[in-house]
Amino acid sequence: MRYLPLTAPDRAEMLAAVGVDSIDALFADVPAAARLIGPVDLPRAMGEIEVERSLSRMAARNVAAGSVPFFIGGGVYRHHIPAAVDHLIQRGEFLTSYTPYQPEISQGTLQYLFEFQTQVALLTGMDVANASLYDGATACAEAVMMANRVTSRRRAVLSGGLHPHYRQVCATYARFVGFELSAQDPRGGEKLARLIDPSTSCVVVQNPDFFGEVRDYAELARACHDAGALLIVVVTEILSLGAVRPPGAMGADIVASEGQSLGNALNFGGPHVGLFATRDTLVRQMPGRLVGQTVDADGRRGWVLTLSTREQHIRRERATSNICTNAGLCALAFTIHLALLGETGLTQLARLNHAAAVTLSERLELVPGVRLLNRTFFNEFAMRLPRPAAEVVEALAVRGVLAGVPVSRFYPGNAAVADLLLVAATEMTTAEDMDRLERGLREVLS
Amino acid sequence: MSAHQADDPGSRLETFSGNRGLQIEEPLIFEQDSPGHCGVDLPEPAPFHSRLGGLERQGPIGLPGLSEPQIVRHFTRLSQKNYAIDAGLYPLGSCTMKHNPRLNEKLARLPGLADIHPLQPVSTVPGALELIDTLAHWLKALTGMPAIALSPAAGAHGELCGMMCIRAALEARGDRRTRVLVPESAHGTNPATAAACGYTVDPIPANATGRVDRAALEAKLGSDVAALMLTNPNTCGLFEREILEIAEAVHRAGAFFYCDGANFNAIVGRVRPADLGIDCMHLNLHKTFSTPHGGGGPGSGPVALSATLAPFAPLPWIVHGPEDLEFIEHKTGAAENSLGRLKGFHGQMGMFVRALAYMMSHGSDGLRQVAEDAVLNANYLRTRLADDLSLSFPGPCMHEVLFDDGFLKDTGVTTLDFAKALIDEGYHPMTMYFPLIVHGAMLIEPTETESRASLDQFVDVVKALAAAARSGDAARFRAAPVHTPRRRLDETNAARKPVLRWRPEPVQREAAE
Repeated sequence: MRYLPLTAPDRAEMLAAVGVDSIDALFADVPAAARLIGPVDLPRAMGEIEVERSLSRMAARNVAAGSVPFFIGGGVYRHHIPAAVDHLIQRGEFLTSYTPYQPEISQGTLQYLFEFQTQVALLTGMDVANASLYDGATACAEAVMMANRVTSRRRAVLSGGLHPHYRQVCATYARFVGFELSAQDPRGGEKLARLIDPSTSCVVVQNPDFFGEVRDYAELARACHDAGALLIVVVTEILSLGAVRPPGAMGADIVASEGQSLGNALNFGGPHVGLFATRDTLVRQMPGRLVGQTVDADGRRGWVLTLSTREQHIRRERATSNICTNAGLCALAFTIHLALLGETGLTQLARLNHAAAVTLSERLELVPGVRLLNRTFFNEFAMRLPRPAAEVVEALAVRGVLAGVPVSRFYPGNAAVADLLLVAATEMTTAEDMDRLERGLREVLS
Repeated sequence: MSAHQADDPGSRLETFSGNRGLQIEEPLIFEQDSPGHCGVDLPEPAPFHSRLGGLERQGPIGLPGLSEPQIVRHFTRLSQKNYAIDAGLYPLGSCTMKHNPRLNEKLARLPGLADIHPLQPVSTVPGALELIDTLAHWLKALTGMPAIALSPAAGAHGELCGMMCIRAALEARGDRRTRVLVPESAHGTNPATAAACGYTVDPIPANATGRVDRAALEAKLGSDVAALMLTNPNTCGLFEREILEIAEAVHRAGAFFYCDGANFNAIVGRVRPADLGIDCMHLNLHKTFSTPHGGGGPGSGPVALSATLAPFAPLPWIVHGPEDLEFIEHKTGAAENSLGRLKGFHGQMGMFVRALAYMMSHGSDGLRQVAEDAVLNANYLRTRLADDLSLSFPGPCMHEVLFDDGFLKDTGVTTLDFAKALIDEGYHPMTMYFPLIVHGAMLIEPTETESRASLDQFVDVVKALAAAARSGDAARFRAAPVHTPRRRLDETNAARKPVLRWRPEPVQREAAE
């Protein structure tokens, strides 16, 4: 077996050194009734060629996004990843290292996480960010739980414009962790300020919202603060912050985001990277790992994991979260991609995305029966179709076009959203792709 | 403090650059800003009318501009400041730092697996469902459990999933219980998870053999106990010999038996958790199944569930339909009692691909060999180091061996000092000060992917260090490490005055004052 360095003579000599006559002796503590005599009923070892053949066959059964005109978003976006990103994250010193608990030999990881924290803080317009969480949806649930701790209240108001998976994850945590949710019908732009009461810990909104609408939450932030509640802003398309006013400038107290758009592939939904940013005053209530600057014994600048007394390995049942692993390597991909883009590249990339979506929306609006619902949007918008959107998407998939996300996939049985289709365009969308979608839509709807 | 102090054993010849051979000082990207520079070339869009509704960003973001060669050099230099499995033995107990096969990386990047969207029509991703179902089949066969929940994003997330399933099952039978029993030797995530799930944590002491004190456990069992959370093999590297009796006692009390599967590497292919009376166990794909730790993630924490707990598994579900696999994303049909969604989308697909490639490469015979070699390697270290360090508990260990700081008594050297001296010798230290039940713990897990020569080299170094400690050379240990990109870092001040991000110079100076 190519991954196992011990040879048969090694094993024999090592067993002799240990002083036992067989490997079974080392498993003597296992109750006899629970010992497996032979291998489990599964296939035997395979060489690289066979494994590659087997998984490649499964891969070939899927339609890869890059092989068709592709307009799906809904919280995960197809962007170009510069070649240098994947090359660098596969360096063994990044790929095969553990959490940087020994800072003297982990300065590489610690420094990029410090850079990551700074990038996230700058993008979101917040004071500080942590070293990542699992994904946007769990970051959102963690944000609500943090708001509950900060305010000593336990009722969160969720906008209908919040991504449905984020709402569902919050609902799961609410049930088991023990807090209340007031979740609105699936549409954005409600008068949420009216729903704030003295038990409200936070209001959770998304920008651009799930339906693509770009909103100003400054007034809502004031209403939250007047009532002693926090405003949590979710961003599922982090690239939007290359063009749109950041949550920090609108008065957000916590920003919980998905960072996949920078550096990370679609991956069928994971792994991605959760971003989490807040104000300086709230940092000790944050979940997740934090990297801080310090000096070493020679007075040279260096980095360490810090404020660990919030975390489970120190505080155990009194920790701010049970989180241990974060999304280190995905955060590295994010950091490298954003470093390559820089100020100029990020704003340009955001402009390209917006331009593509504007162009696409103008063309699709001309298709008979199709109505654009958004007043504003960044790179994704909602359209009302004259037929159930799921049927239209299936029909277009047969024609080799992946047209977008039918909202009914998240809200089955909700007639109000059955005809809604979310359509995204990015820098990867070509004029020919747009032709194919427009033509396909005309055919399917005629 | 100065490196030039003659009595400082860490003092070394200073260079003019501050660099030391291959250790090159590297500023932050923010300190290398060349405004207007960019590492990507993007086209200019055709003229268009903005639809941002006046909510455009005002003013610059503050991101630095660098070209691609600068970026590649920056991150290459940073990488060179990291220890890694690729570079050497990484004996972190309970972390299972084994070799990460590169085939798995290659396969995870196949366009048909990496470039598929979680919201594509299900009809366009049958291969993804097949892969996930195949992974579940392997994990079910290896654990003997009837169901696998795949969506948890990491081990701690899997724990949360498992404890939620337990609570849901209790609630479904109208049973409100309040306490969860957790051994004192448990990972910190266990009590944190139980608390997050709304339970009071009740600690169970260990006995003199490093295992759960069964009498103490049974005394604490009662009708208000929801579950026992037990790691097996435990964090002392020992198999819980009385696990069948423990399981029976837990079940007799009407409680569930949660097993932390962080240490599954020791028994994979040799013992099925279902045969131990376990109701629920998470598996860290980034430990036993070799998906890369990546500097602290991403992980993946599937949870194996008993038939009683299976109906409560989180969404999504993949079930075998009359013709094809069916994908259930809502609490309907078979999944009507599901506890709902724990994470966005469908789980850590990229990790599933790697773990499946790993399992298929080994096969059932190879996985059994994995456990045997992991246990043999740990026992080999135990035997060879028994006279130099102090073993915490007698007898064979499983995949990791626990020492305490008894051998350092009166030397003036602590476990921390010893670990830092190992760094100077070119090794990542073992897990220190964990588990908490022995003094100055040193938990060593070599894994099965170390050769005998590698273990022998490590043994020689540890023996030499132990001899140096006993000979009274404490200063050497207290100064260590000295041959690293940074020496010991001031963690106290880092926490007292947190600097958690870079700020432009003037602001940074103010903050320092």
